[in-house]
Amino acid sequence: MSAPAATVHDVTMRFRDHTALDGISTAIEQDGITGLLGRNGAGKTTLMQLLTGHRVPTGGGIEVFGARPYENDDVLRRICFIKEGQRYPDHFRVRDALDAAALVFPDWDADTAATLLRDFELPAKRPIKKLSRGMNSAVGIIIGLASRARLTLFDEPYAGLDVVARHLFYDRLLADYAERPRTIVISTHLIEEISDLLERVLLIDRGRLLLDTDAESVRSSAVTVRGPREHVRAFAARHELLHEQTLAGSGRAVVRLRAGGESPETFGLTAAPTDLQELVVAMSLATAEHHTRTPTDDLEEVPR
Amino acid sequence: MNEDAGPIFRQVADEIENAIVDGSLAEETQAPSTNELAAFHRINPATAAKGLNQLVADGVLYKRRGVGMFVATGAREQLLKRRRSEFADQYLRPLMAEAHKLGISGREIATMITRWEESR
Repeated sequence: MSAPAATVHDVTMRFRDHTALDGISTAIEQDGITGLLGRNGAGKTTLMQLLTGHRVPTGGGIEVFGARPYENDDVLRRICFIKEGQRYPDHFRVRDALDAAALVFPDWDADTAATLLRDFELPAKRPIKKLSRGMNSAVGIIIGLASRARLTLFDEPYAGLDVVARHLFYDRLLADYAERPRTIVISTHLIEEISDLLERVLLIDRGRLLLDTDAESVRSSAVTVRGPREHVRAFAARHELLHEQTLAGSGRAVVRLRAGGESPETFGLTAAPTDLQELVVAMSLATAEHHTRTPTDDLEEVPR
Repeated sequence: MNEDAGPIFRQVADEIENAIVDGSLAEETQAPSTNELAAFHRINPATAAKGLNQLVADGVLYKRRGVGMFVATGAREQLLKRRRSEFADQYLRPLMAEAHKLGISGREIATMITRWEESR
């Protein structure tokens, strides 16, 4: 196996009165599509800024292609970072942004850029500041894909893009990735749309890493069970309860499976795999509860 | 893809198996490539590859170097055989579980099946 594209070792990032990242360690393997998920303010953008040398961590170490990215041209020219709401110089037309990107990225593929320009129906001569929000996002997507950078990061790449344009992005991303495998990291809230495209999943919450796994095993790592409330609780007690809802005597729970625990059928429950979006919601809510709960909380609270 | 139908790579493999069983993908013809599958299902290419490799491991597909994957001779017969052996577990088990809940006996089910066949 080749060395990871990026390694993050015990990284902490503090701003004046706020800890954005709190001791995160992970490795982003080469050639794969990784989803960086989490709520607003979880620390996704901060992590991307660190990976792309836009910031220096307060503590810990970051390596990209085996070296520190900060002020390191040799590393930075192999990285393309598409920021949310990217701004361009005032006088820039779409064409100018693409021409500038062509100079910056050594592996720039002009044919890809031209094709995508047509696909997204972008007017090349229009000033960028006159573009709609969705068209502005499309400019970023074109640059991100056409850069063919060894490490490409998209931070919430599709603000204002409609569903057709988003699917266009998914299709072009897969096609281009197939032609030229590389390391791609995407942060997004549209988990359901993108989950099948992902190979790896990183879930951040309150600056901590909740999940760092391959997307396929996420699907078998948790179940949503339904049935009589007491049975649901008995089952959840053998595993790890993430989120529970009850209605009269019935319950529904998202449960993270522990190895060796009994199956839902043993408790007479119906079970369905928990998809990535449900799991992200349940895990984020579970940690939110953990943060707000006090020892005197509701006695009804299920033991976990 | 369908969240309730098991791992995606398994679903990819199942779809190819279905095509072989129903004859739309004949033996010794070329199976779809990793990238074709990824694009068609909008899934990660690694997942598509895993589905194909599963079928290679099962002897349903085989690799021709530099060309691609092909349906093995005898693949259809092999799949039919396996699916027949799995039939009871996959279809009878849920049927019997529901029948048990409703108080329907095996004998009654047999009668239902006979009537259902006659009425078609």
